[in-house]
Amino acid sequence: MTSGENYLTHGSTLRSWLLTVDHKRIGIMYLALIAFSLFLGGIFAMVVRFHLWSPGGGLVSNDAYNKMFTLHGAVMIFLFVIPGIPSALGNFVVPLMVGAKDVAFPRVNLLSFWLFVGGAVLFVATLVVGGIDTGWTLYPPYSLESSRGLGILLALTGVFLAGFSSILTGVNFIATIHKMRAPGQGWFDLPLFLWALYATGIIQIFATPVLGITVALGFLERIFHLGIFMPEYGGDPVLFQHFFWFYSHPAVYIMILPAMGIVSEVVAVFSRKPIFGYKFIAMSSIAIALIGFLVWGHHMFVSGQSKWANVIFSFLTLLVAIPSAIKTFNWLATLYKGHIVLKTPMLFVLSFFAIFGVGGLTGLFLGALATDIPLHDTYFVVAHFHFVMVGAVMIAFLAGLFYWWPKMTGRMYDERLGTASAVLIFLGFNVTFIPQFLAGTRGMPRRYATYAEQFQGLNRLSTVGSVLLAAGLVVALWAFVKSLRSGARAPANPWGGATLEWATSSPPPHDNFAVAPRGASPYDYTGLRQESAEAGWVPVREEGAR
Amino acid sequence: MSGPTRGHAAAGTAAPPEERFLAHHFPSMDAQLATSKLGIWLFLGSEVLFFSGLFVAYGVYRANHYALFHYAHHFLDWRMGALNTVVLVGSSVSAAWSVRCAQLGQRRGLRISLVLTLLLAGVFLVVKYFEYSHKLHNGIAWGAACKPSAEILASLPPAVQALPVPKDLGTFFSIYYLMTGLHGIHVLVGMGLYVWLIGRAGRGDFVPGYYVPVDSVALYWHLVDMIWIFLFPLLYLI
Repeated sequence: MTSGENYLTHGSTLRSWLLTVDHKRIGIMYLALIAFSLFLGGIFAMVVRFHLWSPGGGLVSNDAYNKMFTLHGAVMIFLFVIPGIPSALGNFVVPLMVGAKDVAFPRVNLLSFWLFVGGAVLFVATLVVGGIDTGWTLYPPYSLESSRGLGILLALTGVFLAGFSSILTGVNFIATIHKMRAPGQGWFDLPLFLWALYATGIIQIFATPVLGITVALGFLERIFHLGIFMPEYGGDPVLFQHFFWFYSHPAVYIMILPAMGIVSEVVAVFSRKPIFGYKFIAMSSIAIALIGFLVWGHHMFVSGQSKWANVIFSFLTLLVAIPSAIKTFNWLATLYKGHIVLKTPMLFVLSFFAIFGVGGLTGLFLGALATDIPLHDTYFVVAHFHFVMVGAVMIAFLAGLFYWWPKMTGRMYDERLGTASAVLIFLGFNVTFIPQFLAGTRGMPRRYATYAEQFQGLNRLSTVGSVLLAAGLVVALWAFVKSLRSGARAPANPWGGATLEWATSSPPPHDNFAVAPRGASPYDYTGLRQESAEAGWVPVREEGAR
Repeated sequence: MSGPTRGHAAAGTAAPPEERFLAHHFPSMDAQLATSKLGIWLFLGSEVLFFSGLFVAYGVYRANHYALFHYAHHFLDWRMGALNTVVLVGSSVSAAWSVRCAQLGQRRGLRISLVLTLLLAGVFLVVKYFEYSHKLHNGIAWGAACKPSAEILASLPPAVQALPVPKDLGTFFSIYYLMTGLHGIHVLVGMGLYVWLIGRAGRGDFVPGYYVPVDSVALYWHLVDMIWIFLFPLLYLI
C-alpha cells in the first residue's frame, strides 16, 4: 500500500464512527467499551480484595461488599469475558482472515454493538440505583423478592440486551465463515481462530436465547408474580438454575474457545512452525462446543436434582477434558523443536499454558461428584474459575491484543513494556489465586464479607497478588498508550504470520485488501522471510497464483 | 460462493436491475442470497431455543400439576384456537405464494399475497384479543391474580363444573399468557415486517434477481406459524 488511506482515516466525524458498518471500526469501539468494563470490574475486584485484608472486613459495609462482588462478577462476565475476544478482536480479524471486505451482515453487526452498549448502560444504571447483592448468578427466590426495586430489573434487562448482541455476533461470524471465504480457502485452510469462533458461534446462537427467555421470565416474575420461579407463587427456583446454567455453562466455552483460538495462532507464529495436529485442534473446538451443551447440571450437584442426573452430568463433564487435553498436547507439540520467539504475545501464551493447565485440572475435582460436594461453594471454586476466566481468557485476550495491535493501529508497542506486563500479570495472577485454592480446600466459603481468623495469611497474600496483577494491567495499558503516541510504524506483517490478515497493510484500508487475496495454507511459513525489524516479513518471491 | 451460477446474473453490458441492491462486500447476487439465507436460518434456530425455555417450563409444570393442566384447558375455547390455526396456516400459504411471485417477477401477485398475509395476521390478533379480553374480564389472569368468575365457571362442561376450582389455577394461565403473549409479539413484529415489504414491493424493489427480504420474512413467518401449531394442541386440546 502506497497511499496513506486506511480505515482509521476513512472519515473522521463522530458519526463516521458511531454509525459505521465497517467491522474494523466496530471492533475498535467494542474494544474501548470492553477495556472500560475490565477497568470497572477491576475496581470492584480491588475493593473486594482490600475488604478481605482482615477477617472482619475492613473497607466497606457487609451490604456494600455483597454488591461489590456481585457487580464484579456480572460486569466481568457479561461485559468483559464473554464479549471480549469475539466482539472486539473477532470483529476486527474475522473478515480479514477470510479475505472478505466485511462480515456477512454489517448492519446487524452495528445493531449488535448498540445492543451491547444498551446492556452496558443498564449495568451502570444498576449501580446508580443502588446495585444488586444477589451474586452474578441472580438465583431466585432471593433475587426476585418483592421488596426488590429497580436494580434487579435493570440488571436483567442488561443481560437480555447483551445476550442478543452476542447472538447476532454469532450469526454474523458463522455466516461469514461459511459464505465469505476467499477463493481457494477451504474449510481446512481456515485459521484455527476461526474454527474456534465458529464453535463459539454455535453456542452463542443456540445457548444465549435460553438465557434471554430466562431473564425475561425473571423480569416478568418480579413484576407480575407469575409463579414460574418463585415458590411463594407456585414456581420452581430450581427451574431457574437449570435454565440459567443451560446457558451459563456453555458460556464458559464462549469465553475459553476464542481464547484457545488465539493461542493456536500465536503459538504457531512464534514457534515458526506449522501448528501440530491442525484437524484435531479444529475438531476439538467443535467437540467442546457440542459436549458443552450437555454438562450444565454439574453446577447443581447440591441443588437436589436426582442422583442419576448428577452421575450423568459428572460423566459428561469429565468428557470435556478430552478435547481440552487434545488441544493442550497439540500446542505443546507445536513448541517442540520450534524456533521459539519470546515476544509479548508468546509470553502471554506460555503463561496461558501453565495457568490453563492448572485451571483445567482443578476442574476435574469439581466435575467429579465425590470431590465436588465438599469443595462446592468454597474458594476452591473461586480460584478454579478465575484460573480459567482470568488466567486463561484474559491472558489470551491480552496475547491477542498485543498480537493484532500493530494490525489494528498501524503502530508497534514497546517490547520491554509488553514483557514487563506479561511477567507481572503472570506473577500477580498466581499470587492472587493459588492462596484461594488453599483457603478453599481448608474450607473457606465463598461470597462472605468476613472469614475465620486462620485464613488471614492466605487472604493477605491474595490481596498482595491482586495489586501485582493490577500493576501488570496498568503496564499493558501504558504500553498501548505509548504505542499510540509514539510507537514505530508497523509493517504489514511484523510477526511473520501466514494468515490473510497479515497480507494487507497495517492498518488495513477501508475495504480491507487492495487486491482480493486467495486462500493459502495458514501455517505454512516457508514462503516468508524477515526483511528487517522495520519492514517485517515479506514473501520470499512473487510467483503469481499458487 | 458455492453452487452453480444461475442464468439471470449472466451477460449483458447494462447492469441488471437487482444489482443496485448488491451490498459492496458480496461478489455476486447469488452469494448475497445464499449468505442471507444462512443468516436467517441461524436466527430462526436461535428463535426456537428462545421459545424452548417456555416449552420446557410447560412440560415441567404439566408433569408436576397434571390434574390442574387438564382442568384448566377447559377454559380455553378450542373453536377460537382452531379458527386461528386455520388463519395462520392460510397466512403461511400466502407468505409462500409471495416468495413465488417475487421469484417470478409477478408484481401484482406479490402485492396481493403480501397484503393478504398481513390481513390474516391481523385477523389472528383480533381473535386473540377477543380471547384475552374475555378471559381477563372473567378474572382469568395469571398467577395469584387468577380468580375465575361464577359466569365463566358456569360455562364449563358439567363434569368439569363438579370439580373444585384448584387454588393454583393461575400457574397454568401464567404459562398460557407467556407462551401466547411471546408468540403474539412475534406476530406483531411479523406484521411490521410485512408493512415494510408492502412498501418496498409498491416501489418495485423486488425482481427475480433480488427477493431476499421477501424470502427471509416468509421464513420467519413460517416459524411463527409453526410455533402456534405446537401451542394450539398443548394449550387448547390436551
